[in-house]
Amino acid sequence: MSCIEQLEYEILLQGASFKESAEYIKKHFSEWFEVEPGYRLFDAHLIGVPPVVLGVEGEDVIFPYVKPCRGTFLLRAKGPEEIAKLRARKKKR
Amino acid sequence: MTETEGKTALLLLGCPQVPVQTSVAIHLCDQLRERGIAPVIAGTGSARKLIEVADPKRRYIGEVVDLDDCIDAIAEKQRDFDYAYVFIHNDGGVSYAGTLSAISRARLVGIVYGEHADETAALITFPCEVVATKATHNPMPIVVKLGRVLP
Repeated sequence: MSCIEQLEYEILLQGASFKESAEYIKKHFSEWFEVEPGYRLFDAHLIGVPPVVLGVEGEDVIFPYVKPCRGTFLLRAKGPEEIAKLRARKKKR
Repeated sequence: MTETEGKTALLLLGCPQVPVQTSVAIHLCDQLRERGIAPVIAGTGSARKLIEVADPKRRYIGEVVDLDDCIDAIAEKQRDFDYAYVFIHNDGGVSYAGTLSAISRARLVGIVYGEHADETAALITFPCEVVATKATHNPMPIVVKLGRVLP
């Protein structure tokens, strides 16, 4: 997952559980998608409890990033290509 | 030849913050080897070092790999296992087990321990056998329960 650490990102939540992060996305972003754990985002496989919730706002993707010792971080990073991929999956709620 | 002979098992280790993880992992490797199952340990850097230092001649452990590299290989369908034991003491551990439930065909077992074992086990909402005990320093309560989930 080191490629995610090389992104320019903003931390929206830190110290929340994975479930709380998913609930935060659904509450604060009108466009969100559900994907399976292992979904490839920014060249990394997402870790999480299924389904993994990803948010979209403008050109930004909002996604959970799990570190074994530090838990879940909810990150926001620019990703127009990733957004296009998500929309193409037609799995929008 | 038993029906488990030649099979493989993944032991997925998280943060080694709780002392029982290393000794239970080595014990589990021994039990799996007795059944002819090859154990493969995937863990964080410090979890791997604790294991490798404790068993320098690798009498019990076998292959040891990086946690994220292992997840990548399974997600890319380059590798899979017959059994997967995920060591869980926090929300992060649950997330790794959830990931395996989605990307692997292995029989999945969550070994949940630590002070908040019951609350942590309640977060497991996906198909996964669970062994949960509040053990932190004494591995015996986990070792006793492991018998229920060994093949």
